[in-house]
Amino acid sequence: MTTVTQEAGAPFGAAPPSDAAIVTKGLTKRFRGGQVAVDTLDLAVPRGSVFGFLGPNGSGKTTTIRMLLGLVAPTAGECSLLGLPLAEALPRVGALVEGPAFYPYLSGEANLRRFDAADPTAPAGTATRRIERALERVGLTAAAGKRYRNYSLGMRQRLAIAAALLGPRELLILDEPTNGLDPQGTREVRALVKEIAAGGTTVFVSSHLLAEVEQMCTHGAIMRTGKLVAQGTIASLSGGRATRVRIDTPDVADAARVLSELGLADVRVAADVSAELDGLAPEQVNAALVGEGVAVRGFAVVRPSLEDVFVGLTGEGFDVDG
Amino acid sequence: MSTAETSATEARPRRTPGLVPVAETLSSAERRPPEPEPDRLDVRPARMPWAFWRLLGSELGLTFRRPRNLVMLAVLASVPVIVGVTLRIVADDDGVGGMIADVAGNSLMLTFVSFSFLVLLLMPITVSVVAGDSIAGEAGTGTLRYLLAAPAGRTRLLAVKYLNAVVFGYAVTAVVALSGLVTGLILFPAGPVTLLSGTTVSMAEGLLRILISVGYIGAGMAALAAVALALSVFTEVSIGAIAGTMVLVIVCQVLRAIPELDALAPYLLPTRFTGFDAVLRSPIDTGALTSGLLAFGAYITLSLSIAWARFSGKDITS
Repeated sequence: MTTVTQEAGAPFGAAPPSDAAIVTKGLTKRFRGGQVAVDTLDLAVPRGSVFGFLGPNGSGKTTTIRMLLGLVAPTAGECSLLGLPLAEALPRVGALVEGPAFYPYLSGEANLRRFDAADPTAPAGTATRRIERALERVGLTAAAGKRYRNYSLGMRQRLAIAAALLGPRELLILDEPTNGLDPQGTREVRALVKEIAAGGTTVFVSSHLLAEVEQMCTHGAIMRTGKLVAQGTIASLSGGRATRVRIDTPDVADAARVLSELGLADVRVAADVSAELDGLAPEQVNAALVGEGVAVRGFAVVRPSLEDVFVGLTGEGFDVDG
Repeated sequence: MSTAETSATEARPRRTPGLVPVAETLSSAERRPPEPEPDRLDVRPARMPWAFWRLLGSELGLTFRRPRNLVMLAVLASVPVIVGVTLRIVADDDGVGGMIADVAGNSLMLTFVSFSFLVLLLMPITVSVVAGDSIAGEAGTGTLRYLLAAPAGRTRLLAVKYLNAVVFGYAVTAVVALSGLVTGLILFPAGPVTLLSGTTVSMAEGLLRILISVGYIGAGMAALAAVALALSVFTEVSIGAIAGTMVLVIVCQVLRAIPELDALAPYLLPTRFTGFDAVLRSPIDTGALTSGLLAFGAYITLSLSIAWARFSGKDITS
């Protein structure tokens, strides 16, 4: 088993802890019955990052999140959010934990009002405006007055995200935010996460969907049966695998020669020709190919996929598309 | 990125020239520190002064708008009406005595009769439904984790839940009293009240005694609510906490009925519930009321301590 924790963590491993939105040290949870859900977890989530918390179902992601939010007491170790005591940190943190949970007999708006009332730092005077804004951001304005009972799964998920956006947040913890959403909804959530992150909010997203994390996140960590097996920037997590070009051409041999002459490494010839891009601009490669008279039918830049790394690290097939 | 910036500028409060305070010149406005990031416009002071009451208000709103609770209150309100109408019909026959004659003779007595009908079962059920559901119900629907992450605070949430149950207990008591009073005034003659001891007191004093009994029974319901809340903390299934409280009440009734266990009776909540009839003595049996209130206080202290000890350290896994 490869453990890339150290080298992958390097880019921010040296950063001072005060710079981290989430820090855990030796965080461990052993439930009654002896089952270890989280095992000496050392996590460092840099401020301003979009952090993907990956792992197969049952790998301890949700238990970790529950410990971060103070819902579950750690058996050993410690964790801190935003470098503050928990009671001070929580009002600055929006959370979606293990799916939406609301009062079925209340409307979406009344539900948000209820959770806003539970936050001792939320000014009652601006509640209506903040609730309207949160509903608007998740596209639920039209269904605001409808009872939660009659919401579809996707609407429920959106309402849960709206609840996480009720106040000014420095950190968002989203546990499987796209569960139950249709492709359109998934895209909207992804766009929303990016928009929120652009505003300076750190986003911590747990997911078992690789594509999702690859598209949204700047950093990531991988869990396996309660243990952290890797963390770092998404690029470093990909195990140093480089971006490749893939050329679809009938002149396979010529293409391979041109690529080699360009100095590209690891030229592979199969039905198509591929090589590591190595910092070269794709258009330069293409120009060179065309200049040499290679008939380019297709030209693709292939980003390294996390999937192989994850499957290697977690030792099991990942649920790639949910 | 650019869209985020645009929305940021929009979110910044506009400075309307006419509304700038006179003391503020352009240069002083320029010198002021840069405005906070758009998303933190309403940067939070530590704690809103009315936060506790806001949460309690939200809790009460939930309790008193919930159809289930309203139905229970309506059922309770209907009992004095049914009893009153029945007694009115029966009282028309000649030669009735005892309780029927008491009620038929005075409009205020119906309230006390209704209390004695309801205080041992129907009122405790109603109160334990609300109090037993308070934490367990939230845990069952999963809303508890979001309340605590908000963060409601465990002690604060428990306090709010308990106060809410107490208010509901008093509402239950008041609904029975009001329904009994109104029905009594409509069906039976108003006037001086003859007490159990045979003394007659004025109508005003009769009303005062109803008020005292409401205070006393409400305190009893508050004690029961504390027991139900303590059970509620131990489960994620509200029906478990509710049924558990009801079983306790019924077991107490059984124990009370066994003559050999008479020594136990003063320590049982239901015995104390019926202690409200002390207001029908002349003068009011304040000793009985006080010892009843002390028993309620003991139950409340013990139950809330258990509830807090368990809830403050509990792993919320629902």
